[in-house]
Amino acid sequence: MSILVGENTKLCVSGITGREGTFHSLRNRDYGTQVVAGVTPGKGGQDVEGIPVFNTFHEAVGDTGANTAMVFVPPRFAADSILEAEDAGIELIIAITEGIPAHDELRVYNTLRKNGRARLIGPNCPGILSPGKANVGIIPAAFFKQGNVGVVSRSGTLTYQIGNVVAQRGFGNSTIVGIGGDPVPGSDFIDIISLFEQDPETELIVMCGEIGGDAEERAAEYIAAHVTKPVVAYIAGFTAPPGKTMGHAGAIVSGSKGTAKAKAEALEGKGVRVGRTPTEVAELAVSLLGAGTHS
Amino acid sequence: MDLLEYQGKQLFARHGVPVPTGRPATTVDEAVDAADEIGYPCVIKAQVQIGGRGKLGGIKVAQSREEAREHAQAILGMDIRGLTVHEVWVEGASQIAAEYYASVVFDRSAKAPLLMLSTKGGMDIEAVAEEDPDAIARLHVDPLLGFQDFHGRRLAFEAGVDADVVRPVGAMLAKLYRVFVEEDATLVEVNPLIVTPEREVRALDAKVTLDGNALYRHADNAGLRDLSAEDPQERMAKERGLTYVKLDGDIGILGNGAGLVMSTLDVVAEAGGRPANFLDAGGGSKAEAITSAVEVILSDAKVKAVLFNIFGGITRCDEVARGLIEAFDQIKPDVPFVVRLDGTNDKEGRQLLAEADLPNVHTESTMDGAAARVVELAAKASA
Repeated sequence: MSILVGENTKLCVSGITGREGTFHSLRNRDYGTQVVAGVTPGKGGQDVEGIPVFNTFHEAVGDTGANTAMVFVPPRFAADSILEAEDAGIELIIAITEGIPAHDELRVYNTLRKNGRARLIGPNCPGILSPGKANVGIIPAAFFKQGNVGVVSRSGTLTYQIGNVVAQRGFGNSTIVGIGGDPVPGSDFIDIISLFEQDPETELIVMCGEIGGDAEERAAEYIAAHVTKPVVAYIAGFTAPPGKTMGHAGAIVSGSKGTAKAKAEALEGKGVRVGRTPTEVAELAVSLLGAGTHS
Repeated sequence: MDLLEYQGKQLFARHGVPVPTGRPATTVDEAVDAADEIGYPCVIKAQVQIGGRGKLGGIKVAQSREEAREHAQAILGMDIRGLTVHEVWVEGASQIAAEYYASVVFDRSAKAPLLMLSTKGGMDIEAVAEEDPDAIARLHVDPLLGFQDFHGRRLAFEAGVDADVVRPVGAMLAKLYRVFVEEDATLVEVNPLIVTPEREVRALDAKVTLDGNALYRHADNAGLRDLSAEDPQERMAKERGLTYVKLDGDIGILGNGAGLVMSTLDVVAEAGGRPANFLDAGGGSKAEAITSAVEVILSDAKVKAVLFNIFGGITRCDEVARGLIEAFDQIKPDVPFVVRLDGTNDKEGRQLLAEADLPNVHTESTMDGAAARVVELAAKASA
């Protein structure tokens, strides 16, 4: 088992004919993901190395039965593309695009929640990888193998860093979910942790948070009340000054809110072990799992 | 992107939010002309993006032409907590019967705009929120529905504004919400929102933050960037398409991916060092971007050592190595570099660096080891 993406994923890529869109769609297909369609308005009827391109999501879904969308279009078209995918009946939408206006994200989030049909991961995220099964997005799959550690993270490269140390100790991952670095993520820690809790393959959950917002604090409450599996956490940005956006649009300490210290304390207060460095997080995870017997 | 008070007020005026009449000025003569036109008494206000400027002498009332000249001379060029005043806003003095507080903020947690109204205006609202949270009426607006008149009435009654201004205060909230949505703002704050003795409501201050990601659809707003408030290194980085934040230490940092760079700063601090900057070279960085980044980092004279922390995903370590070799060729840095390359094409990258044999470049294989090394080298350089 894994969560969100796997053998049953049938992927349709919005923006498949763009440079990045083509590159990553083919990489995902090479990994074994079923990439069944692409959407680029005006290029319907063409194909990208055998992947059929459609003008609309509705046509793509009708013809191929796609159930998952990956959005790669530039920020000004991204909200529209997400809403189109949802309208066409796609159940899982993964938005890689960075730089979508905050008000567009607000509108998309609230529309999807109201309709209750689709789940959004991202935007501004690296995607989802279920090692050995499917890769949807830009996560470098070569560093990860199948296993029992579920990872949910606001940051891409930080996930690779932690995942790599875990892998070097002989462990693998059930699924790695990048929820993205924007202020209004379609799914937050709680959404993903609840899926890992139900997933029989996942035995331990690693969450990587960072400064800004209160998603980590809310996750701490949720974990204490609902999660039986061990959770190890990392928070980036202890040294970030207030009022400065640290790369990710959502990574900003506003006044005294959203500091790394407050987040780490909230998690530790609820019994979640927090590593001070990525290496320490990996060590904690490894020690909780035992000496490599689950690899 | 934070706007200056007067830019916020001009935005307000375009949406029908009542504001005092005023004019911006960058020289003393311009300020005096503006004051003459507006009439006396008038107020001369320093335009800097910092709170508490009134207490520091940045806001003065002028009763006459002479006073206007005197105040403009004092304020233009003055230093307010490290920021130089390049511009003043001259506006007609307002009579104040009551001071309120109103704002629309982007509530990340609720994923909805949050409206706030309080009769405790004119003071630090964070302090009010702490001491007397009930003094602030709050209401979330469904972004799909938008602002409705009842939202305004509810807030006005709950906050306890004077009965005769419930309607005009509600109307002002409706307009502030419109500014928030139509201008793609993430913050619209009025403190104080005043009631005059004639019972008119007016925005006496304006604090507006615009979403930089939405500027493409607001051509008028894109020109409002306050270059004088930006750090020169941050501006240089922005022009080169790099994400850079200046910090106050002496260890230059470069990494790929915002989370990893933030984490690198923490690990360096944990090892006893002080980072000079945050620099995210981004995913898939090519050699030119790396060369450019080295230039930005070294333009900060405080930097005594530099740490490269790369975990290659889309970014290829050999590209990073090529960029660093190119940078050494062009800039000839005189500070030590510690380079940690891991991930995609890491062996090729390390091989390239070994062959180039750059002076004072140390390679490390782990993030923790690299942090410890750079801290040691920076300390040696300071000794």
